[in-house]
Amino acid sequence: MTEVISVVAYLILAPFAGGLIDGVGRIVSARMQGRKGPPLLQPFYDIIKLFTKQMFAVNSVQLLLNLSYLIFLAVAGCMLFAGADILMCLFVLTTADMFLIMAASSDSSPFSTLGAGREMIQMMAYEPLTLLMSVGFYLATGSFHVGTIISGEYSAVLFLPGMLVGFFFITAIKLRKSPFDLSTSHHAHQEMVKGITTEMAGPTFAIMNVAEYYEMVLMLGLVAIFFLNKNWWSWPLAIAVCLFVYFLEILWDNVCGRVKWKTLLEGCWIVTLLCGGLNLLILMLIR
Amino acid sequence: MGKLAKSPWLLHYDGSSCNGCDIEVLACTTPVYDIERFGIINTGDPFQADILLITGGINSQSESVVKQIYSQMPNPKVVVAVGICACTGGIFKTCYNIKGGVDTVIPVDVYVPGCAARPQAIIDGVVQALALLEQKRADYAAQRRGVMQEGGIASGADQ
Repeated sequence: MTEVISVVAYLILAPFAGGLIDGVGRIVSARMQGRKGPPLLQPFYDIIKLFTKQMFAVNSVQLLLNLSYLIFLAVAGCMLFAGADILMCLFVLTTADMFLIMAASSDSSPFSTLGAGREMIQMMAYEPLTLLMSVGFYLATGSFHVGTIISGEYSAVLFLPGMLVGFFFITAIKLRKSPFDLSTSHHAHQEMVKGITTEMAGPTFAIMNVAEYYEMVLMLGLVAIFFLNKNWWSWPLAIAVCLFVYFLEILWDNVCGRVKWKTLLEGCWIVTLLCGGLNLLILMLIR
Repeated sequence: MGKLAKSPWLLHYDGSSCNGCDIEVLACTTPVYDIERFGIINTGDPFQADILLITGGINSQSESVVKQIYSQMPNPKVVVAVGICACTGGIFKTCYNIKGGVDTVIPVDVYVPGCAARPQAIIDGVVQALALLEQKRADYAAQRRGVMQEGGIASGADQ
């Protein structure tokens, strides 16, 4: 019963929660730059506006692929919030991203093709750590099952501090924050127009934005399972940590310039190896 | 304010400006003027833009580019001509390669004169464009409903 409620709550509330977090993030980001920033509900105004714009499709398949991106992200999120298999959740998350890459490759814009290529490089950068992380959860708690992971005696982070540091890197890629916003950026003035979203207009782009909010909540949910255990106080702690991680991502976004793809790949793999691999090795020795 | 007026996204294009107005347009995004407080984003993508800001007069080479950018913007959309060169051709009007203001190529909705146009004037022009944008959105929605109704009648006649 709890699973059904949390899945329905995720499906309905995630876009609103994601939009609100994004709204707060944009204000915080503006304050860091000494600006006033947009209204709190700006992300919702943007999405409503995009839905009222002309349906301007370069081909008929892009909307379908974008919808698949949204649906697969929602499915991945549902699996996490239902307490199902974390490994499967991460695989579905990757599948969702493949649909976005296909959507971007389906049009003829060179910028969007370039963005799709970069998105694939980003996937290569973050994928190893997500796999190591699920293995880490298995070693720490004896299960891939999210329901079991969050009902342990101690929080998983006690065994997986390195994984959390690595996951912080990965979250920057997934939330499209600088220095890893190679494929598309929320900021103006990118070197290749808008990357993967260059030829997405109106409703198609709105769907992509809604999907990003589902993804944002999913990523913060993954941060939360590092901290959840069977005690009630772990829930407020996990939410506080999620918000703190998001704040750190904004800070990082503001102090760093965009890196080249090679630096991204090398940086992420080194972090994966040092934080994730070492953490896993130690865990295997002590367990 | 309406749906569009709360979230107008700008596209900035330099027709053949001396860059004076362009620097003023960029100044609008700085902490001093901060256009993002109106929900305005300076996007680089015509597919996602609602307002086209053009600086400088139109020359023979930029003509096709301006037309293409305008055609790539989804409806409803407005065009703001920033600076006297974009309004009329300005000091370059009689040059052999200048066609004149932006309105010689695409329809312009708001003219912001000045050499260079000050950031306050640009923001004022954009805010005036918002009212037009909202009106165009209502017209566009009515037009879309009209087309759908006509389609309904046509399909009814077929039966």
